[in-house]
Amino acid sequence: MPPPAGVGGGIAASSVRVAPTLLKRGRPRIADRIFGTGVSITGGIVLVVIAAMIVFLVLEGLPAMQHYGFFSFITGSRWTPSTAFPNVSHPNPYGILQFIYGTMLTSIIGMIIAVPLAVGAALVITEVAPPRIKGPLSGLVDLLAAVPSVVYGFWGIFALIPAIKPVVDFLTTTLGTVPVIGVAFQGPFFGVSYFSAGLVLAIMVLPIIAAVCREVFRSTPRNEKEAALALGATRWEMIRIAVLPRARSGIVGASLLGLGRALGETIAVTMVIGNAVLHINGSIFSQGATMSSVIANEFTEATEPFHLSALFVVGFWLLIVALIVNVIARLVVRRGVAL
Amino acid sequence: MTQLAVGTPGFRNRPALRRRRAKSAVLVGLLIAAVVVAVGVLAWVLIYVAIQGLGALNLGFLTQTPPGNPAAAGGGFYNGIVGSLIIVGIAALIGIPLGIGAAIYLVEYGRGRLADTIRFFNDVLIGIPTIVTGAFIYAIWVTRFGFSGFAGSLALAIVMLPLVTRTTEEMLRLVPNELREGSLALGATRSQTVMRVSIPTALPGIITGAMLAVARAMGETAPLLLTALGNDLFTEYNPAKRMSTLSLQIFDNAVTGFQEGQGRAWAGALTLIAIVLIFTIVARLFGRRVRTSNA
Repeated sequence: MPPPAGVGGGIAASSVRVAPTLLKRGRPRIADRIFGTGVSITGGIVLVVIAAMIVFLVLEGLPAMQHYGFFSFITGSRWTPSTAFPNVSHPNPYGILQFIYGTMLTSIIGMIIAVPLAVGAALVITEVAPPRIKGPLSGLVDLLAAVPSVVYGFWGIFALIPAIKPVVDFLTTTLGTVPVIGVAFQGPFFGVSYFSAGLVLAIMVLPIIAAVCREVFRSTPRNEKEAALALGATRWEMIRIAVLPRARSGIVGASLLGLGRALGETIAVTMVIGNAVLHINGSIFSQGATMSSVIANEFTEATEPFHLSALFVVGFWLLIVALIVNVIARLVVRRGVAL
Repeated sequence: MTQLAVGTPGFRNRPALRRRRAKSAVLVGLLIAAVVVAVGVLAWVLIYVAIQGLGALNLGFLTQTPPGNPAAAGGGFYNGIVGSLIIVGIAALIGIPLGIGAAIYLVEYGRGRLADTIRFFNDVLIGIPTIVTGAFIYAIWVTRFGFSGFAGSLALAIVMLPLVTRTTEEMLRLVPNELREGSLALGATRSQTVMRVSIPTALPGIITGAMLAVARAMGETAPLLLTALGNDLFTEYNPAKRMSTLSLQIFDNAVTGFQEGQGRAWAGALTLIAIVLIFTIVARLFGRRVRTSNA
């Protein structure tokens, strides 16, 4: 649906000819020009902001990158600011691989839980629920997105973690003792962990994925659904035949959008992940840190040499990852919703 | 299907149909369970915060600043509430007009590849981690002028801008072209058409979008850690200085380990949720057609 720019321009031009008094005063045209220029500049702000973000994060991270080398950050997994000295550049005390790992792991846990729930919720809202409760239901799921991050973190510490502790303790004593895969489920479980963070992330990205899925499902052709039902398909068969195949790329896009949000989520994760920065922990029930949590946790107390600059390096990589995921997600979603 | 040829169809088919129906019932039941889980978690969060918060909420909480010692009882988050209102207020004054301006450009002026690019990166900006936004404002503002409430406002304005742009754009697109053409045909200029026809027609939806963006900004914590920093010593009204916000105070007090501090944090969480939910629900009632998620 293109704006009426071309058409409107033509009409505006002819209207000026019809009403020469407007032209003589001149002011409306100048005001018009100023207005047009003004909104065009505001339109460009978005591009300027994103470009400036990249430039300034690089500039702030540059001292550390020059001192330790660009790639030494993403090859090390040990973060020990207290061993940083201004004149020592090797080894790099600011390895960030464990943060990248933490971000990936918590996001993946979150996605594994959130995607099925969100797709299910969106299917109910669009295909199953009686029309009268569709609106309130989607409103309630949307409200999950309205709860502030800091509240989720707080609730996570005091309500969610005690609630999952018995389950996790059971898993660490059963799954955790299985030879090979047991490493990923080993205890002890202190509550704050990758898993707790992933669980909170799941709750936070669920409404985002559900909202996009809802639109994707809604845009599937109605006549195909009705045809399926008319031919005797059960409700599930109708969903499987007429809804899901058309929605596949939309679901992928929605999930990627959720992933983008999970990667950057900060405060809630910082509160429930334990902020262990020294190395990669193999068990999902052990403590760790993510790229965003280490920034939030150490930023205002970064006093060691190159500490603050190294945190900007973390921020730079976080921005790059978030940009890539979001760009791919938007491209896929656009195709998915437009079919 | 080939079985149909043998015997009467109804007889042969009944077990298969029953099986299909049972399968459908089980799977649809699972889908419904997903909704129940989602809504159940929402109820769990809201009820838990309400119970914990009501226990600590009183008039003093809303009118006093915190005691110097997190283990001490009494006091409240007055300075944080004031800070949140000032910081988000300034952010709204910056972010909402710019967002509406950008949307006007996208709908009424922009065309071709540039407009598509701006629209695309506006969506991408929605997904940028807000802690990165905070770090960005730290780099361009705090390093020169120090931590301040205004720096927090700048960060939150960047959070709000793409949200406002998106909803405003969607609302402006719903304005029928006939209205614009009529206005232009009567001799109005394009800016007059936008300001007197397009915007007023789309206003309810634009207000909804703006309110949702304000609600989102109210709950943000991460970018404020790097910009407004917080200040619990006294109530700061000057946005050029360090300022506390409700969200920062909840974060700080939640992790203190002292029951009194945590009690204040729960009361703060309840206050924050109440503010955000009121904004969200009123916004929804205002413009029912608007997408209310920040996806």
